[in-house]
Amino acid sequence: MDLSTAYDALGADLQATLSLWLIVLGGLIVIVWDAFRERDALIPVFAGLILVGAIVWDLFQLTAEPATAFYGLIRTGGFAAFVNLLLEVSALCTIVLSVPYLKRIGKDYAEVYGLVLFAVSGMMLLGAANNLVTIFVGLETMSICLYIMAGLVREDEGGIESALKYFLLGAFSTGFFLYGIALLFGSTGSMYLAEIGHAASTSTSAMYWSGVGLLLVGFLFKVSAVPFHMWTPDVYQGAPTTLTGFMSTASKAAAFASLILVLFYAVPYEKWTLAVAVIATITMVLGNLVALSQRNVKRMLAYSSIAHAGYVLVGIVAGSAEGYAGALYYLLVYTLMNIGAFGVLALMEWDNESGRTQSLDSLAGMGYTRPFIGVAMGVFMFSLSGFPPFGGFLGKYAVFAPAIKAGYTWLVVVGVIASMVSAYYYLRVLYVLWMKDSTDPAAMSNDKRVALTVPASSTAVIGFCAVLLLVFGVYPEFLQMAVDFFSPSAVSIAP
Amino acid sequence: MNIDSLVLLAIALPLMGAAFNGLVGLFAPGYRSNKTLIGTLGTLCVAIPFAIGVLLFIQFDHDAHITRAFTWMSAGDFTADFGYRVDQLSLLMMLIVTGVGALIHIYSIGYMRDDPGFWKFFAYLNLFIFAMLNLVLGDNLLVLFLGWEGVGLCSYLLIGFWFTDLKNSEAANKAFIVNRIGDFAFLLAMFILFKDLGSLDFDVILAGGASLAPATINWVVFLLFIGATGKSAQIPLFVWLPDAMAGPTPVSALIHAATMVTSGLYLLARMSSLVLLAPGVMTFIAIIGALTAIMAATIAITQNDIKRVLAYSTVSQLGFMFMAAGVGAFFVAIFHVMTHAFFKGCLFLGSGSVIHGMHEVEHQLEEEGHEVHLDPQDMRTMGGLRKYMPATSITYLISTLAIAGFPLMSGFFSKDEILFKAFEYGYSGNGYAWFVWVVGIITALLTAFYMMRSYVLTFRGKERWPNADRIHPHESPASMTGPLWALAVLAIVGGFLGLPGVIAHGDLNWIHHWLGAPYGGPVAEAVVAEHEASFIVVEWILLILGGVIALVGLGYAWRVYNRDGIEFDQKLAIDFRGLYTTWANKYYWDEGYDKAVVKPVLGLARRVMDPFDRYIVDGLVNGLGSMVRAFSSLFKYLQTGVVQNYAVAILFGVVLLLGLIIFG
Repeated sequence: MDLSTAYDALGADLQATLSLWLIVLGGLIVIVWDAFRERDALIPVFAGLILVGAIVWDLFQLTAEPATAFYGLIRTGGFAAFVNLLLEVSALCTIVLSVPYLKRIGKDYAEVYGLVLFAVSGMMLLGAANNLVTIFVGLETMSICLYIMAGLVREDEGGIESALKYFLLGAFSTGFFLYGIALLFGSTGSMYLAEIGHAASTSTSAMYWSGVGLLLVGFLFKVSAVPFHMWTPDVYQGAPTTLTGFMSTASKAAAFASLILVLFYAVPYEKWTLAVAVIATITMVLGNLVALSQRNVKRMLAYSSIAHAGYVLVGIVAGSAEGYAGALYYLLVYTLMNIGAFGVLALMEWDNESGRTQSLDSLAGMGYTRPFIGVAMGVFMFSLSGFPPFGGFLGKYAVFAPAIKAGYTWLVVVGVIASMVSAYYYLRVLYVLWMKDSTDPAAMSNDKRVALTVPASSTAVIGFCAVLLLVFGVYPEFLQMAVDFFSPSAVSIAP
Repeated sequence: MNIDSLVLLAIALPLMGAAFNGLVGLFAPGYRSNKTLIGTLGTLCVAIPFAIGVLLFIQFDHDAHITRAFTWMSAGDFTADFGYRVDQLSLLMMLIVTGVGALIHIYSIGYMRDDPGFWKFFAYLNLFIFAMLNLVLGDNLLVLFLGWEGVGLCSYLLIGFWFTDLKNSEAANKAFIVNRIGDFAFLLAMFILFKDLGSLDFDVILAGGASLAPATINWVVFLLFIGATGKSAQIPLFVWLPDAMAGPTPVSALIHAATMVTSGLYLLARMSSLVLLAPGVMTFIAIIGALTAIMAATIAITQNDIKRVLAYSTVSQLGFMFMAAGVGAFFVAIFHVMTHAFFKGCLFLGSGSVIHGMHEVEHQLEEEGHEVHLDPQDMRTMGGLRKYMPATSITYLISTLAIAGFPLMSGFFSKDEILFKAFEYGYSGNGYAWFVWVVGIITALLTAFYMMRSYVLTFRGKERWPNADRIHPHESPASMTGPLWALAVLAIVGGFLGLPGVIAHGDLNWIHHWLGAPYGGPVAEAVVAEHEASFIVVEWILLILGGVIALVGLGYAWRVYNRDGIEFDQKLAIDFRGLYTTWANKYYWDEGYDKAVVKPVLGLARRVMDPFDRYIVDGLVNGLGSMVRAFSSLFKYLQTGVVQNYAVAILFGVVLLLGLIIFG
């Protein structure tokens, strides 16, 4: 590596990755700020503004040519901007929803916002990584922040327990991941994705394929694919509701984005598809089936998010530009649906029970007392189950259609049947919201009920997600844009 | 402004009015009491399109202008645009719809003032105008169909406007369901046209129509006509229209007399060159029209509800229009659509004014503590209203004369033209036209009779409501009588737009020159044999015959009902015995449908479909559901909560993955 031009290139590199640095800097400022003025109400505002700035910057980068920065360590351009935007929007929505929520449960620590910013920076690094080391750094930055968030409610035994489980299992899977990196480097002599792919295209060994397999284990753990999913229900149930929304969307999106880059650049074969197809199958089937019998809504959504990881994997199995683009598009709509759904749940903890213990019956009749939220929840649930004209439908189409083209019809049949089953538990939420009476004695006792105000900011975010879902359901411009990220010209870009 | 934006503005305004009054009224209950504002806004959203219509009419240069708003849908080689067509026919219809519509909006401000649903009423009315404009201005059958369904929806909403009364909801349901039958036929016609021509644009259909197989043309025209029988209340689908009188009276005037019910005629006129290629179906159309006309006219004689008389009269007049269409004189049908909009609109609004007055009587009686159930629509409790409601009385009389065909009034010219065309078509060797002509003459006589009967019973003679010496109604406010006068004037002079052939050899028949294909218009017409010069004598005789018939009918009713009053009905009943009972029972159509369709369908549903659904379909679905749930609880036990087990699961996954990748 020739470092003689490092300073000359620094300016351009910094500019190409400006949103990343903006967020890192914002996170540092938040931590220092919080140290001096604890729980300052302006901190979340500041963190939000940082994200808005980053979003604006990345919007302009959407049409940029694909390139790399910092000697090929990180990718820039359209793909990176797309993933960054997804992560930033998810984080911004989370912050807006979290402010009133954390205040209500008495956990309004300002460091949460610092953690969100750091987590996003890790995810952005991960999602745009072009080098195995970058991937690892991003993965760990993200994971450590998530471990802390999962255990934010320290007084709650269940929360602490799940956070510890998450940490232990995360460390376990990281071990596999690192081993995979080592094997890949050993077999190809490079850490750069494209160079690995180049080296592998001439000859492969069992060592190479073992490396790919172990790397996949690390990713599949992060996206909670079966059977690496066991931590998910516990952690999602135990974490503060709005942060669960963040974990279930942004971390998955980043991990999937990175997985797509690895498979696209470093694994120029189709040998892995059968393995991923099998994982996708059991993920979709198990996730949806177990979600059916959950009484707790957050736990149900946790299993649903496992199932959705399976749908995204279907798009990846296709292995074509359309498939990868479909997976990205699915992540986009999935992020909106889940942030919105968890946002609604965060507003509905009105029987003074936290989301960890709240059962579905607590939501009885809420549709009538809070019609806006009820309708928005309707949009999210219909979208999650894949009804047109919402984004969830187009997303499913975008991942299923390329898989059929690639000859994986059986996989798509399983996926469609699984999503048919999912309609049962999604629509049950609506049934409880709109068709059950809140005065039903079986539903809940009246003395536990507390009056909850719905902050305008939360309403705005939920409405934003719902409207965007409708827009993305009928206007597939982003899907077309995502296909272009995987055009032949993108492949030819050197590391 | 160019024509495109004018057309789009005219169509968008009623929609915006509906959205504004509807949404603001829905979400801001305080707005609902601003009745003047709501009424003015609603009226402006129809009056401005009317002004635009006039402007377009003045600027019109004999070439159809097509406005493409945007592509509605596109799939494969099928595309449908939101395209609008401004030509002679659509302009005329647009003027009728918005002109009469605006007058009825003004009238409604007075008529509906005390109704709590005032805002809703105006939102619906505006929505109706929007749909109707789509219907008459659409450039392809799909946009026309959108309007067709839209007016159907508004008709449903407005018939059931006072939905708390079950009877009204039932009437609304009946109208909607019966119309569905016609709509289904209309859809089939569109499918056939699209299959064979690949497009639903009028240009393509009318140009390519001749190339279709004769059987296809017959089917298309037949199905379109079935669609028209639904919307335009012809045998066998007319049964909904009399019940539709359950809606507020301005609705009856606008939707069920002046505009919506004539859309079937518009459809046939628009498709006229295609219809002319199916002479067999034309025979069918003419005969159905004739039978409907005479059937409804006989029923009208026996009705005592003032609005029902007018409803059957509407059915009968629509029959006249189909007679015209069936003998290939489409422009005459449209002529009659126009004059009918004037006088029937005026009659309905007049009846509304009467009902308004009778409501007042009812209220006064109630205040005095009388336990009377006065039906404010029943002519048997009216009489002598001429004294209290002079404006209503005069305008109603004018329109009665017009519809009866009193010489030189509008109905005289349009109805006479229909009868003449039937005669002429029969003279050219089409035998069925003779039958149509004879039926038409008889119906015209009956029309004059029952309309004058309704006038005399309502406005002349002695007052027949209780305590008539002390309690009496008052004339309606100016917002209601104004539109009455405007329509009455139009009912007098409207006929001069279509002067008959005896005058200047038809050169002064403006409507023929405007619409007719021989003069470059869009409405085709049947070819008839050339007449020798002496034929003009026949024309004069027919014209005079038409006038004489009207005078006879009017005069006879005037004499007997002024003399005997309501008792003359008994005499009629005795004289005609069984026939009269049949008329009074509306030829038992409703009972027949109930026995032949409603009861069997309900029986089938109850005895066969319900058990099938309950035991077989539900059983299958529930069984499958329970199976899935059983699996679900089985898998749930895998989640033990013990972290060591989780790690084992991961290890298992690693083995699976590596095994599949390396050996797979």
